[in-house]
Amino acid sequence: MQAIGLSFIDWIIIFVYFGFVLGIGWYLRRFTTSQEDFFLAGRKNSSWVAGLAFLSANLGALELLGMTGNTFKYGMYVAHFYWIGAIPAMLFLGIYMMPFYYSSKINSVPGYLKLRFDEKTRVLNGIAFAVMTLLVSGINLYAMALVLHTFLGWNWDVSMWASAITVAIYVGLSGLMSAIFTEIIQFFLIWFGLFLISILGIIEIGSLSEIIARINQYSNHISFTTLWSSSSNPTQNGMFIHWGGIVLGLGFVLSFGYWTTDFLVIQRAFSAKDLRSARMTPILASFFKMALPFIVIVAGLIAIALSNDPKSGFSLLHDGGQINYDSALPLLIARYYPSGLVGLGVTALLAGFMAGQAGNVSAFNTVWTYDIYKAVLNKKASDSHLLWMGRMSTLAGVAISLVTAYWAKSFPSIMDYMQAIFSWVNAPLFATMLLGMFIWWITPNGAFWGLVAGMVSSFTMYLAVKFSWINESIITMSSVRSDMATNFWRAWWAWLICAVVTIMISLFTKKRSKEELVGLVKGLTRENHDQPVPFTKRPEFVALISLIVLVILNIIFW
Amino acid sequence: MLEHKMKPIWFFVGLILLVMGGLIMLNGIYLLFNPSQRVTVLSEIHPDIWWGAIMAAFGGFMYFKTRKETV
Repeated sequence: MQAIGLSFIDWIIIFVYFGFVLGIGWYLRRFTTSQEDFFLAGRKNSSWVAGLAFLSANLGALELLGMTGNTFKYGMYVAHFYWIGAIPAMLFLGIYMMPFYYSSKINSVPGYLKLRFDEKTRVLNGIAFAVMTLLVSGINLYAMALVLHTFLGWNWDVSMWASAITVAIYVGLSGLMSAIFTEIIQFFLIWFGLFLISILGIIEIGSLSEIIARINQYSNHISFTTLWSSSSNPTQNGMFIHWGGIVLGLGFVLSFGYWTTDFLVIQRAFSAKDLRSARMTPILASFFKMALPFIVIVAGLIAIALSNDPKSGFSLLHDGGQINYDSALPLLIARYYPSGLVGLGVTALLAGFMAGQAGNVSAFNTVWTYDIYKAVLNKKASDSHLLWMGRMSTLAGVAISLVTAYWAKSFPSIMDYMQAIFSWVNAPLFATMLLGMFIWWITPNGAFWGLVAGMVSSFTMYLAVKFSWINESIITMSSVRSDMATNFWRAWWAWLICAVVTIMISLFTKKRSKEELVGLVKGLTRENHDQPVPFTKRPEFVALISLIVLVILNIIFW
Repeated sequence: MLEHKMKPIWFFVGLILLVMGGLIMLNGIYLLFNPSQRVTVLSEIHPDIWWGAIMAAFGGFMYFKTRKETV
């Protein structure tokens, strides 16, 4: 395609953003004097700050482009990622799991595994998480350069190095604090930079009802505009999936596995000033998460409606005969945005990419420093040495991300493998966490070998389907082929295998005493840790409101 | 102590939205009198002017409300 041309004002806006985030890193440097400042932002954030950062750490540009493209491909079923595939897990984290995480004063999720089980389980998860974050960070960098090269004609190397150096400077200077600040700025830039697409699309076509009516007119037998009513028969919905796969695979395992165990997002809640703020972090974030489909899903539906109307002149790009679904969002920006707004839209995507990379790097430097370096390599490291190590590992993490990005560029199919990486690491970890937090007699050996079995089985299932060693219908229990359905079901089986192996081995291995597990396991821990607050400010009440909104949204778009 | 003098995040959010929104709105007003060669869909409703104004107003509100606050 012809690159979207940037005018002088667009460049000004992009440079304002870069100058701003570097300035914030420099400004916050003076407030980063201890390891707690660097790794946990001083544990002094309000629930609103931590909540927006919690959501924004997940809100990368890859997700924005990918989910808008997925909506074009699969229809409104993609909204399940934002609703049933996120909200119950976020509320569960705030209500039930956060008291154990926050009250044990750990610095990372692997740190909880050390307290609840033992060192080997912590190190296994720490290494898996560190590798995962660096791979994702590198792929994020590669994807950013790909998007900027395709749509703006920017040079690959300049794009990757400029953003990597910027992230290295501001995270290296002030750690999690500057990562959180830039994530919140990114949140507002994304809303102001991309929500206008939905508004202008609705104005052009007439109304949201008209968009849905047009799509239904083009797709006779497959529903692209419902959430549940076509889910009893996989052949009748765009994602080719049964509701069982959505509920068990996405709604339970993948969603809970990500939102309740992934340190990248949970680190933001650890930065909260007290337990109530930490519990409110994912609960407040759930409201903003529920609103995101009004950017990505609506934009995807607008793209479907326009591309089916020959008079609109809108069509997605094609690469080698394949539709480039990720082109939907940039093409809508080019369609609606005059100069100035183009700069804002591009800045929103850039901010998403860079905040995604900064989030991964800040989570990596914490897990590396506490769960690998201090746990294995230098157990007597001082506070000042750990702060220095945090800064050095930030630089190393960015450097390894750059190597990964160049690797991905020379070997594009690595992108496919990244799609499944969360089901390799997070799905089994959720079984370990759930059993560990709620059943006292789960043993360290049970947890370790259950985690190994879950990760290995998930990876093996992925390879077996990828290289056709087995028919994927064995995993999905459906005759219709769908990559998304396979991801959901594989996560479910990995979770189940991890849970069964953990329980079986725990039955026959040495248990820790109940006294050792006080504060780490439900049933052995005092229930109410919160300061007294009015009923309407209690996490349980706010979570109930969130749940009601979730139910209403699902009924409206049933 | 220094840590008590840090500006809240909302100050920075307000500032960047105010600056960017202001630039977009002013550029939109300029384009009103000096139309661009590149014509976009719905350019007749001038989204850059009103969206830039909304953004600047939102940012300005946050900026002025928090400019004297520290955390």
